[in-house]
Amino acid sequence: MRMSRRTTLAATAALLLGFAGPAAADTTLTFYYPVAVGGPVTKIVDGMVADFEKDNPGIKIKAVYSGSYQDTIAKILTAVKGGDAPSVAVALSTDMFTLIDEDAIVPFDDLVAKDKAATWFKSFYPGFMANSQTGGKTWGIPFQRSTIVLYWNKEAFKEAGLDPEKAPQSWDEMRAMAAKLTKRDAAGAVTQWGVSIPSSGFPYWLFQGLTTPNGAILANDAGTQVAYDKPEVVEALQYWMDLAQKDKVHPPGIVEWGTTPKDFFEKKVAMMWTTTGNLTNVRANAKFDFGVAMLPAKKKRGSPTGGGNFYVFKAASAEQQKAAALFADWMTKPERAAQWSIATGYVAVSPAAFETKAMKDYLAGFPAAGVARDQLEHAVAELSTHDNQRVAKALNDNLQAALTGTKTAAQAMKDAQAEADRILKAYK
Amino acid sequence: MSIPSPNRSLAARAEPWLLLLPSIALFATFTHIPIVRTAIDSFHSTPKGARPSRFVGLANYEDMAADPIFWKALINNLVYAIGTIPLSIGLALAMALFVNGRIAGRGLLRMAYFTPTVLPMIAVANIWLFFYTPHYGLLDQIAGLFGFGATNWLGSQATALPAIMVVTVWKEAGFFMIFYLAALQTISPDLKEAAAIEGASDLTVFRRITWPLLMPVTLFILVNAVINAFRMVDHIFILTGGGPDNATNVLLFHLYQVGFKFWDQGYATALTIVLLAILSLMALVQFVAAGRRVHYQ
Amino acid sequence: MHRHAVRDRLASAGAWALGLAWLAPLLYAAWTAFHSAEYATRFDLLAPMTLENFARAWAAAPFPRYFLNTVLIVALIVGAQCILCTLAAYAFARYRFRGRDLVFGLVLLQLMITPDILAVVNYRTMRLIGAVDTIWGIALPYLTSAFGIFLLRQTFLTVPKELDEAARIEGCGSLGVLWRVYVPAARPIYLAYGLVQVSYHWNNFLWPLIITNSVETRPLTVGLSVFSSVDQGIDWSVITAATLITSGPLLIAFLIFQRQFVQSFMRAGIR
Repeated sequence: MRMSRRTTLAATAALLLGFAGPAAADTTLTFYYPVAVGGPVTKIVDGMVADFEKDNPGIKIKAVYSGSYQDTIAKILTAVKGGDAPSVAVALSTDMFTLIDEDAIVPFDDLVAKDKAATWFKSFYPGFMANSQTGGKTWGIPFQRSTIVLYWNKEAFKEAGLDPEKAPQSWDEMRAMAAKLTKRDAAGAVTQWGVSIPSSGFPYWLFQGLTTPNGAILANDAGTQVAYDKPEVVEALQYWMDLAQKDKVHPPGIVEWGTTPKDFFEKKVAMMWTTTGNLTNVRANAKFDFGVAMLPAKKKRGSPTGGGNFYVFKAASAEQQKAAALFADWMTKPERAAQWSIATGYVAVSPAAFETKAMKDYLAGFPAAGVARDQLEHAVAELSTHDNQRVAKALNDNLQAALTGTKTAAQAMKDAQAEADRILKAYK
Repeated sequence: MSIPSPNRSLAARAEPWLLLLPSIALFATFTHIPIVRTAIDSFHSTPKGARPSRFVGLANYEDMAADPIFWKALINNLVYAIGTIPLSIGLALAMALFVNGRIAGRGLLRMAYFTPTVLPMIAVANIWLFFYTPHYGLLDQIAGLFGFGATNWLGSQATALPAIMVVTVWKEAGFFMIFYLAALQTISPDLKEAAAIEGASDLTVFRRITWPLLMPVTLFILVNAVINAFRMVDHIFILTGGGPDNATNVLLFHLYQVGFKFWDQGYATALTIVLLAILSLMALVQFVAAGRRVHYQ
Repeated sequence: MHRHAVRDRLASAGAWALGLAWLAPLLYAAWTAFHSAEYATRFDLLAPMTLENFARAWAAAPFPRYFLNTVLIVALIVGAQCILCTLAAYAFARYRFRGRDLVFGLVLLQLMITPDILAVVNYRTMRLIGAVDTIWGIALPYLTSAFGIFLLRQTFLTVPKELDEAARIEGCGSLGVLWRVYVPAARPIYLAYGLVQVSYHWNNFLWPLIITNSVETRPLTVGLSVFSSVDQGIDWSVITAATLITSGPLLIAFLIFQRQFVQSFMRAGIR
């Protein structure tokens, strides 16, 4: 009884959204999914795929577990060039321009009836859609997404005479609290840092947690122009540099992303910035009470999003593309997004998902998981342009130069801008 | 019966080529043709989506000349070579002399020196990453005993490349030791005894007899060390990823990023040509040196 | 004499200090791997030993599969090299033919220019023949080796002509002579060369990293690098355990056959 109702619901939803019903003959979709084979997430995805097939007779999904995001995009590009592209895949939202430039994907607009499309795209958090749309088209559907939050050690707050229940609300507050939280031994060597923002690997992402509150958007929607040298951006960098170089409340030099949680567990840092994806890890390994908060505000709140989107591939047949869009829609339905978020720790992609009963029960027991949602209203796109890796590297290199003290903030951002302009010249 | 048939001589003539065929085919496919192909491609743009590759003349090389990361990587590579090679070779020689002499626990020592050689560089890098971690890594713990504070070895521009170089020396010295050991064992003990009887000090014996006899092997090690300095990048992936701000970026790592992260294969082939030129130069040095050695013997 | 004794003792002290410095990293890694995470950064001789890190590392990534891949790759490469290099070395050592020196020179080029340097074009070749992300794709460029050919040719040249002729008189064909006379004469070289190549390809990283992107093909080195660069931060105890797992077989083999290893590297050291 329940089963059939669910099926009917799904069918109705599909009709409402205006998907053409799949043809009678079986349509088979190859689905690349970025996870290592055999992990717990594989089982969840397998289960969802099986449910989808039950709800949509006539569509078969062949899931290929393609490893990390890097592996997945490499695999996709290889397959596309070899004429063996998947029909649908989950890949980084920032890979959008790369996939467009390789002529590999089609926008969802063409796969869904016009009036329904708008409603569908609007059902997600705008912060997630920002990375999924360009040139007036929607190329990606958000699926497994994350954002940056601040974790704080409540015990350390108590020791420093701070209210353990109150995280810093603004830049000034974070700086002042970090100063109180920084402990030195008799010789003056630091034994506990106030705050730590990782800067190895992909510092641009963490940096967006500073530029966004300061009112700067790093790239235009077309992905052809960056704004690295705007005064707000320079100011954001100056704040980060000052924490380490002037106030000495943040570890000097480059902070390794991978060891930051361990630094937090070892009480070498009292506050850390890292992904919401670390929630389960911190919950399991912190031997002290901790809190999770939105990133502190400057002019306003703000954080970038991260993570993966659904893409549909050009090489697939018209039926396959339609079925793929149906699959993406099915996978991101509120109940399923909620179920997915609870099981994996990713942020649910639509406000409706947070209104489901399952999600409400979960948040009641574990309020920290709600912080990411509250921050989403303020979230912006993760930096993404044409020739994305290179344009991001221009920023990464110069951020690292400034943080290691070889360039001033203004000089670093000027150099980053010049390099990015040079790379993006070809796309204008 | 036995006609000296042209067939047989043809078969005989074909024989060495048949023996060589599989190897030659593989070399041609994966070394020689790719070298030519790389040279040709370095004058072409990277194909992208619907845009095919086209002839662009020297554009890739001009990009290279204008690419600050290329120059930084090149300089880093030279610093890396100059910083690691003499130290590795010096330590290798000391190790070989220690282990070749009468010393308590020779076998154990030889094992200690040589073990890093058999470990994967990736594994080695993982271990060292842990040492270099500020505060609770091994290095900082030891420094802490002497009252020093935490140091961000891999996270500051001044220390990142030296930190990488230490790992290289640790891994390579034992490997080079082996060659010295092999060479030392070919030196006849009579020579040294004769010198000792004549009252020469150990230092003189080393300077006048041992070291000159070790010259050829030193040269051999030197060439290998230079090649390795341009080829060994595995640990950079784990330790720094080329950062901070390219402070540990070297040519092959840059080539990897351009070719397989940015997928700019046109530019990557131009970088390959530079690397090939450097390696060919080394080949030439070895060839000339080897030739001279034969001449002297 | 007294002066010598002091100096010898100094040399001993130096040698051992160096030895200790060289072993310390490994000992420390072993310490971390065999103790629970809270002792990873603290020393306490009485800390309880545990194998839990190994169990967790083993369960957290498909290491059995990585092992299988590495063994397959190494076996394929070393096996093929032994055959192909033998044939080629025989041709260079015992035949006179036009262009021999030129071909030999071209072969030696590969001593310096290994396939990973030419990765951009080699990757394209692999895509063309559909070998990206396959075990074959990793192994193909290494199936023969300039160094193997060079080493075996040197050895074959030392085999007395008389033995060769005697075998021919007994009715052996060319391959028969190779098999009966030359291969046995070079047996220690094969062992030495084999060991060096096993350790080289067990440890190889860059080319496999480029050409693979799935669990089914990845060797241990690439698997380890993927394992240790996770988004959720690093658990040192588990990472060092994984590191020891990866290098374990080679390390144990080395400790048992130390003498053979060292002698092999002396004989066939360059890679």
